[in-house]
Amino acid sequence: MKELRAFLIFSVSMACAFSVGCGGGGSSSTSSQTITSSGTNVASISVNGGPLGDYDDAAFASLTVCVPGTSTCQTVDNILVDTGSSGLRILSSALTVSLPPQNASNGNPVFECFPFVSGYTWGPVQIADVEIAGEKASSAPIEVIGTNTPVPTGCLDLGLPSSDTLDTLGANGILGVGLSAQDCGPDCPTSIYYECPSSSCQGISQSLAQQVPNPVSLFSTDNNGVIVELPSVSGGEEASVSGSLVFGIATEANNALGGATVYTADSSGSFTTTYNNVAYNESFIDSGSNGFYFLDSGLAGMPLCGDESGFYCPSGTVNISATNRGTNGTSGTVNFSIASADALFSSNDSALSDLGGPSSGGNLFDWGLPFFFGRNVFVAIQGQNAPGGTPPYWAY
Amino acid sequence: MHKRRSHSMNSKLLLAGAMLTIFVTAFPARASLGGDTASVQADQLYMQGTRQTIAAESYTVHEIQAGAGAVVREYVSPAGKVFGLAWHGRWPPNMRQLLGSYFEQYVQAAKAQSGYRRGRRPLMIEQPGLVVQMGGHPRAFAGMAYVPEMLPPGVRAEEIQ
Repeated sequence: MKELRAFLIFSVSMACAFSVGCGGGGSSSTSSQTITSSGTNVASISVNGGPLGDYDDAAFASLTVCVPGTSTCQTVDNILVDTGSSGLRILSSALTVSLPPQNASNGNPVFECFPFVSGYTWGPVQIADVEIAGEKASSAPIEVIGTNTPVPTGCLDLGLPSSDTLDTLGANGILGVGLSAQDCGPDCPTSIYYECPSSSCQGISQSLAQQVPNPVSLFSTDNNGVIVELPSVSGGEEASVSGSLVFGIATEANNALGGATVYTADSSGSFTTTYNNVAYNESFIDSGSNGFYFLDSGLAGMPLCGDESGFYCPSGTVNISATNRGTNGTSGTVNFSIASADALFSSNDSALSDLGGPSSGGNLFDWGLPFFFGRNVFVAIQGQNAPGGTPPYWAY
Repeated sequence: MHKRRSHSMNSKLLLAGAMLTIFVTAFPARASLGGDTASVQADQLYMQGTRQTIAAESYTVHEIQAGAGAVVREYVSPAGKVFGLAWHGRWPPNMRQLLGSYFEQYVQAAKAQSGYRRGRRPLMIEQPGLVVQMGGHPRAFAGMAYVPEMLPPGVRAEEIQ
């Protein structure tokens, strides 16, 4: 049965790979996109390669951190905007202000090992006033990445690469503006947060109130989510494109939901993407993934690139359709394209609308940054009120 | 007589205890991938989870369920060896526990992939002796691993999920 299913999937995807518009359905018109450029709730973002100039498909913003309650502040640029996680993390090497630590009830400083698929971040939790555009999150715990305190065994045993330097992170920090108000959530396991006396670190179960929060949830207004607004990429690749990160959904004149369709997510931040009649129910929209990542080479009908097995290298541009379905039952078709990563990488362009690769280790479609080009994507935070549905949701 | 016998019993217990200690020291309670069914039990103990066994034509799946929705499936060949693993949950699993003797190879390969080209993307390791794939995001990770040459005849890698 499984073999039959796999054969059918393979056969259909091979047919699809070479036919435009396979899967049918409507297209996402980009002609009506309006990018908000002014307002106290609007921060500029840019897909420009980042601080080292060679980061494909990531949006960067600038923000200010202050010692809480003081005017001792510092602006940090090149912070990667990530709708796939929650919480602000900044490299210690990019910080010049000295922020107070978060201490556990016994007085020991709290540290965090935060895992991403691409690598973990390790460092102390510190407290800052976080300012971006005209918004402010007062006394917000943030993770300061990079420290002399040794990485504890529970973190090393994940086996993930370390993303604790400018070189390995490719950014000065990560601004997690995802679907949840805290980074870890209820029942946070003891492999994430640690208390570190001078001897060695011990895993702790950090309460929600003490966890690193999505800073947006701490704003006094415009705190129910964000809109990521990026223009379409002309000709499939451009050196850079610029847009806006808008705070709040339907809280101001410039952030109405408008005609966007709401797709609600489950508590782990997933919805269902269906491709060739197979449903992938751990799918997600993530500006922090730098491509469309889905299926494997066989199911997608696309070859991997030679050396870089993490990307697809079809001989031409392949058009693909898939259908997203929220837990609210709303569904809609998305058309996208994949081009050869080798060809895309041969230029120095940083905004690549057709970059993709496999993600076969799970039951998922990962709608990375290229999904955001040409459409405004709303991200509504769980536990907050927002129009059109019950957060957590995406709308576009 | 009774006394001597008791002494002898104690000696045997001591000897057994010593042997057990040596066994535990020589074979730490980990090493699932490539290990035998006992290593599956070690993983279950480590995860403090419940286990159910599902028989397929060419292998047996041991599914371990732990807290917060964490699930690990271990694929055991007719020869009694774990040839593949799949997992999903809110956070990545303890890969040292699950990959055992393959852990260091995994660590080196993951590091090499992350250094290949800047960018945040799923993990895809395909080496002759080890395949590991992981995707997802904080609060929803999923992945799989297998040893290609250990796949039983007729079993395809896609079955490990």
